[in-house]
Amino acid sequence: MDQMSDQTPDLKTGGDPEPSAAVTLPRNVLVIEDEPNIIEAISFILSRDGWVVATHSNGETAVEAVLKLGPDALILDVMLPGRSGYDILQDLRANETTKDLPVLMLTARGQKNDRELAERLGVNKFMTKPFSNAEVLETMRALVEA
Amino acid sequence: MPQSRLTGSRIRERRLYLGVKQAALARGVGISAAYLNLIEHNRRRIGGKLLNDLAKALAVDPVQLTEGAEDALVGTLRNAAVRVPQAGAETEKVEDLAGRFPGWTSLIAAQHRRIEELELTVETLTDRFTHDPQLAASLHEVISTVTAIRSTASILSEGQDIDPEWQVRFLRNMREESRRLSDSAQGLVDYLDTGTDLETTPLVPQEELAGFLSDHNHHFPALEDGFLELGAQIAQLVSGSERLKTGEARTLAEAWLERYVEDALALPLDRFLQEWRRVPGDAAALAEMFGQPLDRVLRRAACLPGEKGADGNGSRGPGLLICDGAGAITYRRPVSGFALPRFGAGCPHWPMYHALARPGSPVSGLVEMGGRTPKRFLCLAIANTFGSPRFDVPPLIEVTMLILPEDEAAPFGGRAAKVGSSCRVCALADCAARREPSILSDAQ
Repeated sequence: MDQMSDQTPDLKTGGDPEPSAAVTLPRNVLVIEDEPNIIEAISFILSRDGWVVATHSNGETAVEAVLKLGPDALILDVMLPGRSGYDILQDLRANETTKDLPVLMLTARGQKNDRELAERLGVNKFMTKPFSNAEVLETMRALVEA
Repeated sequence: MPQSRLTGSRIRERRLYLGVKQAALARGVGISAAYLNLIEHNRRRIGGKLLNDLAKALAVDPVQLTEGAEDALVGTLRNAAVRVPQAGAETEKVEDLAGRFPGWTSLIAAQHRRIEELELTVETLTDRFTHDPQLAASLHEVISTVTAIRSTASILSEGQDIDPEWQVRFLRNMREESRRLSDSAQGLVDYLDTGTDLETTPLVPQEELAGFLSDHNHHFPALEDGFLELGAQIAQLVSGSERLKTGEARTLAEAWLERYVEDALALPLDRFLQEWRRVPGDAAALAEMFGQPLDRVLRRAACLPGEKGADGNGSRGPGLLICDGAGAITYRRPVSGFALPRFGAGCPHWPMYHALARPGSPVSGLVEMGGRTPKRFLCLAIANTFGSPRFDVPPLIEVTMLILPEDEAAPFGGRAAKVGSSCRVCALADCAARREPSILSDAQ
């Protein structure tokens, strides 16, 4: 999955999201992650929550994908093929159009140093794998409503 | 003549060995038995005529009474005291202590050495766990798989209606990820099982080569003696080594031994050894004397017989590092106290990297390797280009650095630059070149 693609699942029978909990307006989120089954699970839960989900898997072209799509929020993996999530975040913060983009960073490395590096680069939220679906949803809602 | 307070212990030991009574020896040199008793128990320091008289009466050279293996013991005790300054050890009385309680002080010294060995093991383990690319990739795969399984299982177990097509899809994902997790976990177990012996389990061909060279103490007498059958000798050395398990390692070993032969032919052992001992460390003078490039002299100096490095028997021979233009270490002969990372690049403050920025210009640098017991080294480095020069193509560069440990009896003059090993296990504070935070609590 090396190109940006709309991965929003068909959720006709996915059940209505909780009105009080779900995002109030359709929001666009871009998930930059290279594990297909993690992408599918995240896409599913976010879509069911009312998000419009797009995904991208290549670190090298990730910044271009963000600029092209202009999402309301970003979920960003750290270890990506081609380029690390830290480098991508640094570029986004240096760009006028994405400097304030809410970013949730996901990583298998949860050491203090990794968290501090992400915070220095301007991440909004840092979450270590494995995460809970509920935690991801709550964080994303909080990021766009802040 | 420098006096050690342990001189008395040596006098007593020698007297007992000869079976001479204390009173008889005292009478023979014109002092009282009580005074000799004080001397023998290191309560009085002696020198000059009395020392010479005692040495003569005991049929030994005076030097044998003032210098000995105890110096190493005292040095180790001093290092132990420096490591734990809050203990307030009376370092000025260390020789008294060693003289009066040789058994206990030997125990302290042995435990100090053991602590240093264990700390080195911890550093090696830490270095491995933080820089081993295979382990990092393996753990990342396990966590990614667990993440996918957890997230998918959570969706399926929420109890909400899910389209059957999606249910099938998620179940298939679960099966795939479970199988992948099983394989990853098994691979990880296999890897850790085979990696329990950190010092002998090579991960890359360069480590196989390092083990092979260490087995031979980096010196190959069979390749020193002439021009005949050198190719066959190299083939025999390589094929006969159990260390060289992979074809890549054997290729590396052959290339290194061919280079060794070139060096040996250009710098014949007997003459080079003689000159090296005459002007130890003066590599530039030897290069000029033999009409050979400096890097060859540095390599040769690190491969002399009897000059054991840290991978030998812990003696104080020189170490050698060779790196390529990217700074990656391609050859290493460890030297005691100069910590080397198992993976990744070394410390940017090493003179080797200064030389890398100035090809063709020899660089020397006095450095102090940080650690619990800092040690000083004189490093001699030269960067050379190799291969045929081509327009608009960057030259290939190789840096050779000889590492000469400080002789405590003849310390290097001048101020040493503080250096470390890998940033992860380096405690240097306020280091502008730091690449990553240190795990050591006293680092900043």
